[in-house]
Amino acid sequence: MDAQIYEVKQFLNNKTYLPLGDRGKKIMDILRFITAGSVDDGKSTLIGRLLYDSKSIMIDHLEAIEKQTKNREDGEIDLALLTDGLRAEREQGITIDVAYKYFSTPKRKFIIADAPGHIQYTRNMVTGASNSELIIILIDARHGVIEQTRRHSIIASLLNIPHVVVAVNKMDLVEYSEDVYNNILIDYDVMAKQLGIKHITYIPISALNGDNIVDPSQHLPWYKGDTLLNFLENVSIENDINLTNSRFPVQYVIRPQTEELHDYRGYAGKVISGIYKVGDAITVLPSGVKSKISLIELGGKPVEEAFAPQSVILHLEDDVDVSRGDVLVRDEDLPQVEQQLEVLICWMDSKPLVAGNKYLFQINSTRVRSILKSIDYKLDVNTLEKDYSPQNVGLNDIVRATIKTAQPIAFDSYQSLRVNGGAILIDETSNVTVGACMIQ
Amino acid sequence: MINNEIKNSEGISNPPLGARGLDYLDQLESESIHIMREVAGQFERPALLFSGGKDSIVLVHLALKAFRPGKFPFPLVHIDTGHNFQEALDYRDNLAAEIGEKLIVRNVGDTIKAKNLTEPKGKFASRNALQTYTLLDTIEEFKFDACIGGARRDEEKARAKERIFSVRDEFGQWNPKLQRPELWSIYNGKIDKGENVRVFPISNWTELDIWNYIRRENIALPSIYFAHNREVIEYQGQFVAMSKFVELEPTDKISVKKVRYRTVGDMTCTAAVESDATGIDDIINEIIATKTSERGETRIDDKVSEAAMEDRKKNGYF
Ligand SMILES: Nc1nc2c(ncn2[C@@H]2O[C@H](COP(=O)(O)OP(=O)(O)OP(=O)(O)O)[C@@H](O)[C@H]2O)c(=O)[nH]1
Ligand SMILES: [Mg+2]
Repeated sequence: MDAQIYEVKQFLNNKTYLPLGDRGKKIMDILRFITAGSVDDGKSTLIGRLLYDSKSIMIDHLEAIEKQTKNREDGEIDLALLTDGLRAEREQGITIDVAYKYFSTPKRKFIIADAPGHIQYTRNMVTGASNSELIIILIDARHGVIEQTRRHSIIASLLNIPHVVVAVNKMDLVEYSEDVYNNILIDYDVMAKQLGIKHITYIPISALNGDNIVDPSQHLPWYKGDTLLNFLENVSIENDINLTNSRFPVQYVIRPQTEELHDYRGYAGKVISGIYKVGDAITVLPSGVKSKISLIELGGKPVEEAFAPQSVILHLEDDVDVSRGDVLVRDEDLPQVEQQLEVLICWMDSKPLVAGNKYLFQINSTRVRSILKSIDYKLDVNTLEKDYSPQNVGLNDIVRATIKTAQPIAFDSYQSLRVNGGAILIDETSNVTVGACMIQ
Repeated sequence: MINNEIKNSEGISNPPLGARGLDYLDQLESESIHIMREVAGQFERPALLFSGGKDSIVLVHLALKAFRPGKFPFPLVHIDTGHNFQEALDYRDNLAAEIGEKLIVRNVGDTIKAKNLTEPKGKFASRNALQTYTLLDTIEEFKFDACIGGARRDEEKARAKERIFSVRDEFGQWNPKLQRPELWSIYNGKIDKGENVRVFPISNWTELDIWNYIRRENIALPSIYFAHNREVIEYQGQFVAMSKFVELEPTDKISVKKVRYRTVGDMTCTAAVESDATGIDDIINEIIATKTSERGETRIDDKVSEAAMEDRKKNGYF
């Protein structure tokens, strides 16, 4: 083993690391969030405002959007232009695809996904939402809860996004009325209960004027809660990572095959959940072969344990057959291993989803062929009713289906462990990702 | 203790976090390593596009962490415009030698000759746009199916829209209105022959993240990133290095300034920043205090049109 223990500095210009000291104590973490809601509810404006009021916009970017706004009739600077980065978006005044924006405060780094509200681009919203730990659902105070609000809320619930904020926007257009706000809360609450969304934080705002975004609003004296930024900075996210159920999908096998590292065989991957310690008894899935962890390397250094979401290299005591697509789990806590899967699918292709069709099924680094056995029902986004014999399944529909895979898959139910319960469907003829699956 | 009681949205209650919180740099690093290993696992002939700039230097550092003690599953590829800073070229050659990885260099000048392309004209004639030809030829020459690049989403508003696995057609074109959905951390790199994927492992890093990481990891950089005296021409409020590639006019004022580079691109299209920052801490303080974006302060070529980057990307540019 000794020959295999080496220091990363050997490879990295012979430099040593700065002491861990100051990064161990006060850590700055990352919150990834998305803005959602119907077309024109003000998602892009909100993000622009958040960046503007937190002084995160560079002067040249501001000048650029000021220049563009000058060509407009009303002359107000349009903060939505900060995220609407494609020509087609600026021309049409809508968001087409997700834009990612970044800012940080001393407490946190924020990664924002600005989603399109237009129904046609729902799949892009799902793309942004899948990696978010928090979703801000905007509602136009004048219109209240409408179809797209419902659709995006369903997606938030399906994706099991841990934190939900409902921001009632354009309060300036309803005279900052507490009644209007309260009525929307009542409506939303009813729907949230149906969808099983818990822990919702409601905030009245005006993205255009900056009410309650970074600074508390004088126009909303009746509101006693946090401003949006305050909430984003302080919401507790430590527990969003699962450190209990250990899952390690193997991405790549490292075998230098040099003279000195002749027997080196390391399994490179990311601990997607849980903790692994040297000496842990593990099972390789789907084969079921057993072994023990003999060495864990992090950035070229041996460590005693690895935890989510670290990327590491694991070594096993025995010379067992392990390759990309296998999952290493601890013996005491096994995922399910099946070939027949019940899934909820967000369909993302313009070609319809048809029972009997074959697709590639990919969960983390495992990709296998699969066949869509049956469509059990389609969800009506407006009524939340289940249609047990749908005529067709098209773009942006949500269905429950049964999939059979060519090989057994090691998975957890999405609701219990997101990182090992989400999968994609790939159309073998076009290579395009056509569906997002949440395994039940 | 309190942590123990709380159940998350998945209904689990974790063991006490203790020292197990990862800070933002650790999280970003792990995400990037994961992406690189996906490239290694999914493609037959990947490449890492290396420019000698800080972002691609960080990529190499991440690749070391992802693949050592094994070899990189890809060569480093440099598309050399012929207008590079000598310091960056030296750094490139030294690094490749030091880590013992294969380096492939292809010259834009050769493409211009072979294809009879028109050399760009003007005061600061930039071969930046012509790089695309050489890049596409190189991809074809080596049949690369994936090219890892150091672009970040915070750089530019068209980049802010791009996926981490960004599929390009046979002509290298990006279709921003028809990007594949990209869910969770599951990457779909499936393509047809002739197509390729551009992969951006540091999409989610900002300029400041890069600098903080360079500091934390003690990564060496080409000397031009640090303040030094240099002969420059002042042009529309920016300082451009004097070099044989600049067309001098009688009215040009040449002076010696203390400058550093915030990005390292071509000598003709990258502007320097006046600065006294000789150490990494000074640089970080300046970046924190600056009111101008990286591109805004250093790129001379992006000011032409609102959609300059989007258009270039549609044509196969990185
Ligand atoms: N009066 C008022 N107008 C607002 C407010 N927030 C946004 N708007 C306006 O609403 C319009 C639409 O705003 P956007 O931010 O582009 O909407 P969006 O939700 O991003 O739209 P899509 O991305 O296309 O779905 C713009 O004209 C904004 O100026 C607000 O708080 N008050
Ligand atoms: Mg928008």
